[in-house]
This record gives sequence, C-alpha cells and structure tokens, in this order.
Amino acid sequence: MNFFQTLIHGEEGLFKPHTLTPMQKLTLRFVVVGLVYYAFAVIEGMLMRIYEIKPIPEIPTKQFFAIMTAHPLVGIFGSTYSIVFGAFLFLVPYLMKKPLWSIKLGNWTMGLIAIGTLVFWTSGFITHYAPLYTLYWPLPADFSQFSVIGGTFFILGIALVMLGTVFFVINIFKTLTYTPEGWEKQPSGELLKSALGIIAFGNLFRRKKKEQIVSLPVAAITQGTVDVAFNSAIILFTGVLILIYMVAALLGYNLKSTAIDALLYKNWFWWGLDLVADGLVLIFVAGTWYLLATLITGKKLYMENIARIALLVELVVSWTVWSHHLLSDQAQPGILKVVSGEMVTAFELITQGLAFFITLYTLWSARPLKMTNPLKFLLGGLTGFALAVPAGIMQADIGLNRILHNTQWVIGPHVHVAILVGLAMTLYAAIYFLFPILTNGAKLYSQKLATFHFWAQLIGGIGMGAFMGIAGLNGMLRRSLYLNGEFNTYMILAGLCGALLLSGFLAFFFNIVMSIGINGVIGIFLPSKLKTKDLLPKP
Amino acid sequence: MVDSTTVLYGQTLAYTLYCLAILSLMGWFAYKITRKGKDSVVKNTLFYSFVTFLIVLGVSLHIITYNTIPWAPIDMNRATIHPDKVFNITVEKHRFILPEGKMFIGCHEKALFKVTSNDLTYGFGLFRQDNSMVFQMQVIPGHMNDILWQFDKSGVYYIRSTEYSGPKGVDMIVKDAVIVSCDSTSAK
Repeated sequence: MNFFQTLIHGEEGLFKPHTLTPMQKLTLRFVVVGLVYYAFAVIEGMLMRIYEIKPIPEIPTKQFFAIMTAHPLVGIFGSTYSIVFGAFLFLVPYLMKKPLWSIKLGNWTMGLIAIGTLVFWTSGFITHYAPLYTLYWPLPADFSQFSVIGGTFFILGIALVMLGTVFFVINIFKTLTYTPEGWEKQPSGELLKSALGIIAFGNLFRRKKKEQIVSLPVAAITQGTVDVAFNSAIILFTGVLILIYMVAALLGYNLKSTAIDALLYKNWFWWGLDLVADGLVLIFVAGTWYLLATLITGKKLYMENIARIALLVELVVSWTVWSHHLLSDQAQPGILKVVSGEMVTAFELITQGLAFFITLYTLWSARPLKMTNPLKFLLGGLTGFALAVPAGIMQADIGLNRILHNTQWVIGPHVHVAILVGLAMTLYAAIYFLFPILTNGAKLYSQKLATFHFWAQLIGGIGMGAFMGIAGLNGMLRRSLYLNGEFNTYMILAGLCGALLLSGFLAFFFNIVMSIGINGVIGIFLPSKLKTKDLLPKP
Repeated sequence: MVDSTTVLYGQTLAYTLYCLAILSLMGWFAYKITRKGKDSVVKNTLFYSFVTFLIVLGVSLHIITYNTIPWAPIDMNRATIHPDKVFNITVEKHRFILPEGKMFIGCHEKALFKVTSNDLTYGFGLFRQDNSMVFQMQVIPGHMNDILWQFDKSGVYYIRSTEYSGPKGVDMIVKDAVIVSCDSTSAK
C-alpha cells in the first residue's frame, strides 16, 4: 500500500471498524476525544512556553492567562478523564467477565466530557475568563476583570463535564454490583467490600484469609472512583456557588463577596481538588501499574494483599491531605499544617513507594522480558512518579514551602513530571497494550515512531520539569510573567524540551492515524452494526 | 540565621543526587529485566525494610527541616515572639500600600509584616535583586496574614505578589521596598 492508501485505510487495511462491538467503539471514542484534547493541552503548553521566553504580541496578557486557565482543565478533564474513563469502562467488565451496566450511559459520559470541555475552552478563548483552576475566592466572581457571560458559560462547561463524570461513577458501581440478565444473583455487598479494600484490611487480622472476589485492578478502579465522586460533588457545588454570583450580576445585583470566607472556601475547594491530584490519580495509576505488570508478566502480583491495603490507605490519605496546599496561608491553623500538610502527605511517599516496589518486583520475577512498547512506557511511568512524588513531599514541608510555594519548582519537577512522565507514560503503556485488543488486531504503522515517541516523552518531560525547577529554585514564580528575560536561559531550555514533547506526541498521533486510517477514525464514531453487549466480537 | 539561598542550595544538591540515583536504577533495571537471571525471590524482610525506610524518611524530613531551617520554628511560634519592628501593609485593587516610603530594618532584627487584603487573594513575597526569593506568604482577604522574619545580611529587596489575582496582578511589584543594613545594629 502506498502512503495515501495507508492514510485512508490504515496499515495493511487491517483495521475494519464495522467489525467493532459497541463496547470497543465506546472505548475508542473516548481515546480519540482524549487524544484530541491532549493535542489542545500540548499546543497550549507550548504557546505558554514561548510566551515565558518572550511574550507573543498577537496574544494579549489576558489571553495568556485564559490559556493558563484552560490548559490544566483541558489536560485533566478533556484528555485524561476521557482516556481513563474509556479504558476503565472497558476494563471493569473485561476483568469481571460481565457486560458493562449501560453502554448508553457510557456514550453520554463521553459526549458530555467532549462537549463540556469544548464549551469551557471556547468560553475562555473568546472572553478570556481566567481565574485559573484554583478559583481562589473571590477571583472567579471579580467582574471588574472578567466577563460575567464568559464566566457563566465557562462554569456551565465544567458542570457538563462533571455531569458526565457522575454518569461514569454510576456506571462503574452498577457494573460492579449488578446481576446481568440470566445470571445467578451477584453478592453486591461482598463485591463492594472486596472492591473497597475492606476484606483486604480484615485479612490482616484473620488467621484464615477471606478470598477476594474482585481483582486488584478493579479494586483500584473502584477506590479511585470514590474520589472521582467526591471531587465532582465538590466542583459542582462550587460551580453552583459561583453561578449564583454570576446570575445575580446578570440580573443587575452585586452580591457581597465577603459573604463567603476566603480561607474556608480555599480549604473546601482544595479538599475537593486534591481528591484528583493526591487521590484518584495515584490510585488509578497504581492500579494500572499492577494490571500491566500482571498482564505483561503473566504472573501474580507480589504482595497482593499489602497492595490492596495500600490502595485503601491512599484513599483515606486523599481525604485528609489537602492542607499541604495551604502551608503558606498564615491564618491556617498550625495543627492542620503539621498533621494534614506534612505528616499525612508523607504517607504518599509510602503508598506510592509500595506500588513502585511491588510493580518492579513483579516484573523482575518474570525475567527475561521483551522490551515491548507497553513495558518501556510502564517503566517510564514508574520513573516519572519516582521523581515527582519526592519533589512534592519536599515542598509539603513548612520550612521549604516558605521558599517554594507558587514557584516554578511546584509546577515543574512535581506537577509536570508527574503528569507528563508519570501519568501520561502509564496511560500510553495502557493504550499500546489495549490497541490490538480494541482494534481486533490492527497493526502499528511504525515501531520507529513509537520508539521516538518514548524517548521524546521521557527526555522532554523530565528535561522540561528540571529546567522549570531550576528556575523555581532561583525565584521564578508560576502564574506570573517576566517581561525582561530574567529567567530566559532556563525558559529557553524548558521550551526546547517542550518542543521535544510536542514532536513526540505528533509522532504518536501520526502513527495511530496511519495505523487505523482516516476511514477507521470516522468509522469509530459511526454506530456499531453488531447488536451485542459483549466486549469483543465472537471469534 | 541560615539564608534561604543556603537552604535552596542544599535542596538542589540533595534532589539532584536523588534524581541521578533513580534514573540510574531505572536504566539498570530496564537492562537487567531483558536478560536471563535466576528466578531470585526477594525476601520479605527487604520489602518491609523498604517500607520502614520510607516511613523514617517521610517523618524525619520534617523533623530535620524544623530543626535546621531557622524560619520554621520562628514561623510556627511567631505569636509568642516579640518583633523588633512591625510593618502594616494593605493590598487593594492590585496595589501594595506600604506604611512609609521604604521599610528599613537593622541587622538581626525580627521584623513582622502584617498584610491585609481589602479585595482579592494575593501573595506577599520578598525578593533579592537577582530575583531569588527570600520568603513569601499568601494574603487572604478577611484574615490577618503575618510573617516574622529575621534578617542577618545587608540587602535591598523588592516586594512582588506571589499569587495570581487576575491579569492585573502581573505588575504588582514594589522596587527596593525593604532595606536591611548591617552597618550598625539598628537601621534608620
């Protein structure tokens, strides 16, 4: 096949979308949406990298901050949520050997996240609504700086995403506990206990260990989904609160912003936000590591019961850890700073360290392994978290936070290395692993491009984080602008690493499009002709 | 008092060494798992030793920093420490309103900066002329935001808002706002 034939029909014409089941199509739709929004986030990130070197005249300052506001939200909700939710809506029924509770609800989740992200992104792009994702009160209701209408649509977009998220939560828990037609009655209570780690915790004290009826990856998905549920409730509530101020402003009333205590609000909102960063991300990632390690090696996970307990501990930690974001808030009670901000946060070093050790050992026990794409990306993901978690523990210290808070250190070696190297490479490992399963045996167009993607993501991600970190240690703030080139050496180097990341993503995107072809991409979004709830077509 | 530059230098060194160790470990691991090896069983004692190490590391980090970073105990106990100087600062409409033209502080003096915001959430950071940070804190409206700091070196510092407060906050810089003089025990 020549280049254009491959572009249209995919590598060797192996991908045939009409053979896909509705479940395969649902999952692939999530992945396509997630990758498109990842492209948005990467391009936005690159624009900001250039802007940090030298402001682009065509982009006014308020547009720059609108990009900064949309960037993490598009990256987390539009991209990561799409890819993760799509994968988990497939994996939970796949691992439990039962159909998804509702494919229709799954499609609603995908549609709401896709449309909601587009709504808040467009609103920010047009009106420059830019209170950043932290929404520190009363900034989101500061209508002397931001458009009320723009803000209203922005919040509505977020609300749509959260509604889709709630549908995901319902689907996961229903799939876990429901009894499919014609099946023997499922023990929903026992399934929940196993999935939530309660049986694993009890096994610590039982002489005769109780059998687990839910596999470890499903337990991880369930526990992470608990945080997803809490997080969406907090964000929805906060959105309603902000909307009240916006609607009042539209009706000509000026509600007093002092009616809401800014510190209490900050505690409340960070409690909810941290359920993502220090909760579901870490739990989902650990679960994905365990799943990939067992699938790659074909071996049982090392220290499985401890791994289950560590997930439960991580879940509880994620509810009590938020105060490390308020170590520089002098009115925050000292006891919260020490207990929640420092001590509980240190538990993340333990839970992630355990997941790291258990995954590495499980891989080690199956030597020799072939260095496949899933394995190399899994190792990249492990490396990312091994670098980023200790960086976070360092800044979650009362003494060090005084000189690190809101610097580029926080957003570089901690956040971006965790997301771009730790999280993204783990997700890529899962995508490379699931690709032949979800496409009924489609072939990857180019292994060289996949290898380039790996090195560009690894070196670009670590390099960018490192140079941002050095700039931060030298005093460069995040969420600010330096117009006189004060930190240009580091910003140019970070920009070059960002360009490497972008080129790696483009190589991956091109590779996937060439593998399934443009016809294949379109076919994914057409209704399936197979009327089945089965995950995969019958052989 | 140990300067923040010294603390950051120590942190840079420690974290860089850690990164190099982790990258080397992962490189070695990636190489070794593609090679044949004995199906060696990792003893559980190694696993539990690793867990113990992580617990000790997580807790000891904070104990060590509390006892070596001088501003940490000062900060936690600032309500019981009598300051040598007090500066009341207000922030409103993206502007710092200082008590006087410049703030003069003597060597080894403990200065208390009390900052209140009348509208948005801001940050209050003190920076050296080379843009490196001396300290910062958040400034929350409706609350007292105070920081006690002891200066042991001469220097001229500028104030910058360290928290995003909308696009207008980018210019929240007050040049040469704090002057510390070690020429005599007391400044002007």
